[in-house]
Amino acid sequence: MKILVCISHVPDTTSKINFTDNNSRFDPQGVQFIIGPYDDYALARAVELKESSGAAITVLNVGLVDTEPTIRKALAIGADEAVRVNAEPTDSFFVATQIAEYARAKSFDLILMGRESIDYNGGVVHGIVGELLGIPSVSPVMKLDIEGNTAKLAREIEGGKEYLELPLPFVAGCQEPIAEWKIPNMRGIMSARTKPLNVIEPVAVDSGIKPQQFELPPPKGTVKMIAPENVAELVSLLKNEAKVL
Amino acid sequence: MNILVFVESAEGKIKKNSLEAVAYAYAIGGKVTALALGDVGSEELQNLGKYGASSVLHVSDSKFNQGVIQAYATAIAITMQNESADILVISDSSLGTPIAARVAARVGASLATNVVSLPDTSKGFNVKRSIYTGKAFANVELTKTKKVIGIKKNAAEVKEVGSPVSVTPFQVTVPETDFNARITSSEKATGEVLLPEANIVVSGGRGMKGPEHWGMIEDLAKTLGAATGCSKPVSDMGWRPHHEHVGQTGVKVAPQLYIAIGISGAIQHLAGVNSSKCIVVINKDADAPFFKAADYGIVGDAFDVLPKLHEALKAAK
Ligand SMILES: Cc1cc2nc3c(=O)[nH]c(=O)nc-3n(C[C@H](O)[C@H](O)[C@H](O)COP(=O)(O)OP(=O)(O)OC[C@H]3O[C@@H](n4cnc5c(N)ncnc54)[C@H](O)[C@@H]3O)c2cc1C
Repeated sequence: MKILVCISHVPDTTSKINFTDNNSRFDPQGVQFIIGPYDDYALARAVELKESSGAAITVLNVGLVDTEPTIRKALAIGADEAVRVNAEPTDSFFVATQIAEYARAKSFDLILMGRESIDYNGGVVHGIVGELLGIPSVSPVMKLDIEGNTAKLAREIEGGKEYLELPLPFVAGCQEPIAEWKIPNMRGIMSARTKPLNVIEPVAVDSGIKPQQFELPPPKGTVKMIAPENVAELVSLLKNEAKVL
Repeated sequence: MNILVFVESAEGKIKKNSLEAVAYAYAIGGKVTALALGDVGSEELQNLGKYGASSVLHVSDSKFNQGVIQAYATAIAITMQNESADILVISDSSLGTPIAARVAARVGASLATNVVSLPDTSKGFNVKRSIYTGKAFANVELTKTKKVIGIKKNAAEVKEVGSPVSVTPFQVTVPETDFNARITSSEKATGEVLLPEANIVVSGGRGMKGPEHWGMIEDLAKTLGAATGCSKPVSDMGWRPHHEHVGQTGVKVAPQLYIAIGISGAIQHLAGVNSSKCIVVINKDADAPFFKAADYGIVGDAFDVLPKLHEALKAAK
């Protein structure tokens, strides 16, 4: 089985978000970058499938050279080879087109990625890739098992889940609890250094999206503290001041 | 300008978020056509006129009773072309967002999901998106003639602006292979207020000590007509079902009121609740980070405060 896992390179979940250049650019200063947490679930599931029934895992990232440590980490976790599409991931359509272009001739059985990236939060790359390749896409997938040429999935829906069956190949946007995040071990880290990381150039795309400006939410006002014996006061504040009851 | 709105339904009823999508389309201005797929009550459909739809198309073919992403996307793309619609509005949901992706790729549209405001058309067509899991916003221009917009909860206010309209039966032919992802069964909490749509959320963390104490949370939620939520460790440990997990890696909520009990307020949890209008935090540790993100706070033991709060709420009803 051939599995493609697409990963984003995103600010660590505890990062403070700031912008520079007149709010036109993300400010990476002091920010740690990680494999997108949802992508990390996809990767972990791919590695589990490889361990249980054998698979070749290619990991793909659309990013500039500074994402290579993140890609190496995915190799350390268990991917066999990596591809970096040498471009800034400006929007979902751009990224999805690069993935589809790469995957088109490679006949992957499975294309896995996170349900969304935690920077752009589009939640659409899996769907666009599926559409461009003319194969099904399912998201958000919380369970994934393969039996021969068929996959059995669970997809989270509002207030529950639904179970699906579909033939390979397809694209899945993953989330927990599809697998447990894997921490690379020493052997993985050593072997990652010598695994192939190929760099390819992007194809041109007209996404129809022009970023204008970023902004931060207005600062939160100060909290009003209420003594535990005064819960009635809280109820009255919620009713009359906040007007949410 | 023709605007198509895909309205989602559950158990024959139009979802509240889809009414927001209709209201959003109406506010853009133009002719608003709503499209419903599968089994939906006819009165429900007619009533879409009240919220701004000038016509309603209904594909009642039972094949569409289940939301298969690829088949729905094809049906919507065909309808968009049929109606010469330039804009498609969808409410972001577990079904809506993946569909929006495929439709946009199919019809060659500019695509923006997680949109939180009406478009600014004073110069071009600009929308504001929520990014970095609620920690920031991006203003983006959608430059193609065709546009697909996925709106986040609360992006538009549902108001009565018209009267019921008649429903037009409609047919679309979708290739059989689009139904390849076959839904075999589903599990759904019944009779509860659904977390992503709730106006009030009562949420518990590890400070609740164990699943056996969730009765207190559920009782409070019942009195308030609220949904119940939880932190990630609580669902990881299996105290609560996964679909109640709120935060960066779980459900993002935007209720009027979020009540957090025994949750420390880790940044990943806050990422899922920072769009709430009002946040109440109950925690026994005065230094819990959640208080910094709260509107109202009580430092106290949940097992002492909750019963009192419940009584006070019942008394105030
Ligand atoms: C990549 C990543 C993604 C994550 N995503 C999420 C996410 O989506 N959602 C999420 O929630 N977490 C997420 N986390 C985990 C997050 O970092 C925290 O570990 C988690 O939110 C803590 O849950 P908690 O507040 O319930 O537990 P704790 O941090 O253990 O806090 C328990 C709180 O209860 C209080 N308490 C204890 N007893 C009582 C009592 N009797 N009465 C009142 N208060 C009491 C304590 O003072 C404490 O503040 C993520 C972590 C990572 C690394």
